[in-house]
Amino acid sequence: MIERRPWLDLLAHLILVFGLVIVAFPLYIAFVASTQTAREVANAPVSLLPGTHFIENYAQVLFSGSSVQTTPVGNMLWVSFVIAMIISIGKISISMLSAFAVVYFRFPFRMLCFWMIFITLMLPVEVRISPTFEVVAGLGLTNSYAGLTLPLIASATATFLFRQFFLTVPDELVEAARIDGAGPIRFFKDILFPLSKTSIAALFVIQFTYGWNQYLWPLVMKTSENMTPIVVGIKTMIGGGDSVTEWNLVMATALLAMIPPGLVVILMQKWFVKGLVDSEK
Amino acid sequence: MATLSFKNIKKTYPGNVAVIHGISMDIKDGEFIVIVGPSGCGKSTLMRMVAGLETVTEGDIQIDEKSINHLEPAQRDIAMVFQNYALYPHMSVFDNMAYGLKIRKMSKEQIKERVQQTAETLELALLLDRRPKQLSGGQRQRVAMGRAIVREPKVFLFDEPLSNLDAKLRVQMRLEIQKLHRRLATTSLYVTHDQVEAMTLAQRMIIMNKGVAEQVGTPMEVFERPASTFVASFIGSPPMNLLNVNINHEGKISTEDGIDLPINGIQLPESVRGKTQAIMGFRPENCLLHETGIPVKIEMVETLGSEQLIHGLIGQTNIVIRQNIHANAQQQAQLKLGNIIHVSPDADHALHWFDPETTRRLN
Repeated sequence: MIERRPWLDLLAHLILVFGLVIVAFPLYIAFVASTQTAREVANAPVSLLPGTHFIENYAQVLFSGSSVQTTPVGNMLWVSFVIAMIISIGKISISMLSAFAVVYFRFPFRMLCFWMIFITLMLPVEVRISPTFEVVAGLGLTNSYAGLTLPLIASATATFLFRQFFLTVPDELVEAARIDGAGPIRFFKDILFPLSKTSIAALFVIQFTYGWNQYLWPLVMKTSENMTPIVVGIKTMIGGGDSVTEWNLVMATALLAMIPPGLVVILMQKWFVKGLVDSEK
Repeated sequence: MATLSFKNIKKTYPGNVAVIHGISMDIKDGEFIVIVGPSGCGKSTLMRMVAGLETVTEGDIQIDEKSINHLEPAQRDIAMVFQNYALYPHMSVFDNMAYGLKIRKMSKEQIKERVQQTAETLELALLLDRRPKQLSGGQRQRVAMGRAIVREPKVFLFDEPLSNLDAKLRVQMRLEIQKLHRRLATTSLYVTHDQVEAMTLAQRMIIMNKGVAEQVGTPMEVFERPASTFVASFIGSPPMNLLNVNINHEGKISTEDGIDLPINGIQLPESVRGKTQAIMGFRPENCLLHETGIPVKIEMVETLGSEQLIHGLIGQTNIVIRQNIHANAQQQAQLKLGNIIHVSPDADHALHWFDPETTRRLN
């Protein structure tokens, strides 16, 4: 154990507070800006005290959008949420099943399949964006949830993580289940799935944030305003050229956009800790 | 209730690695058979073939005279207790025991009744809601057995079930397994590398070495008439003393180094007479200290309380003699390092004779 020394404690706290301020201060400024009128925000120097238009600004963005971007942010939040959910759940189920196949079944070219999946790790969305667009457009999936999510669902990372986890499950457990009469699906459902819960929770957090933060693909993919995810929406609120940017509304939207992934992290964190404390393997 | 038979079973792993070279045996209904042998002898592989976790390369495994080679493990009506218990970590004790029954689509009430009943006999009734990780090693072991018992299978398979327990608990569980078997009388196959476990549990035992069954027999048969030098040195603790000896035409015995071994009036068995070379074996406890007899140079004396182990040399060969410590004071005084004492086997049958080439028993 490290000795307790008051000045060390103090130093540690100072560093922590310093780090916190660096992270939190821009957020605070965003919050302050989101409670002021457009004119107040544009004034220099920026006021460091919250204004009085909190409810007004948030109600406006949530239900009717800004003057540049007329889609309500409420709608964008919903689109983003659906996309993030489909991507994270889709990624987890597909990668879990493929890891299950790779680890527990002996089929020809098994390792080849695994390495093919693994190699796709090297290809980010941006690299394959135009061929992917061709395919998705050819299938007539533009401007739909399917089109927004399907190309992003396959995940080599998650497959790899699940594979590594499955490899740590003792063989005897598989054998005990076989003797108990559990077929592959039964084994997956009754034993593997419950054992993977903590990995699933961890991946869910990562994948939800990943889905939520998608910018380039939806930008290319969506053609109608009501399929705009919030991350893309924020950008469109910042007017170009002659139009005035209502920074108070942009800031409000930005803060709103941070809430769902933040909630997911906070809620799932309990699961992480639980998984770490009473490891059930 | 079932019989189990092995018909010349062979197992070869890919790459032509043969691990079992043909084992045949008929196991009667309700028998408790222990497969014992050093690690790597193929004993676990044999059991896993019975369980259906390994394929059988050649030969036939039959339960109730029906071949089970091509059945799935679940269809064979067997239950297995694993060395590391293999309990489902996320399920309660109850669910662990009930899982196999659930899959068999047994009704909920029936499952509950059976699990309750089994839990009571294993003293697990109060632990049914716990998770495996909240149990001690001995309790986990009992849950693993409970999971096997509730299924009421035709054959129990135990794969070194006690090797993860401490010595005291092992003795206790050994007794419990014995009691359990007496009550259930289910045909059982038990793999272990521990000869004490094998001796105490087995009705009959298979001693395996390098994929071959060296001997099949009751513990006493195996102990009293080991079929080969391997069995002789594997069963019994400390193991049997084995000496390579020359026999002259008059029947006098000497070691290879030329030391005479007078075996005070004991007759050479018919099968040994006429041979010029043999391996002579005698158990440490079958020796008497004498005025005359085989000369042994004392190297070390270990005291175990009521008895002592005398380690010594006959020529170049290490031997062990086990003696009660209450032998008379004069004898006790002789047991000093470097002294030469004389020992002789205490009865005719105390000498075991083996062929030096085949290592099989001669008498």
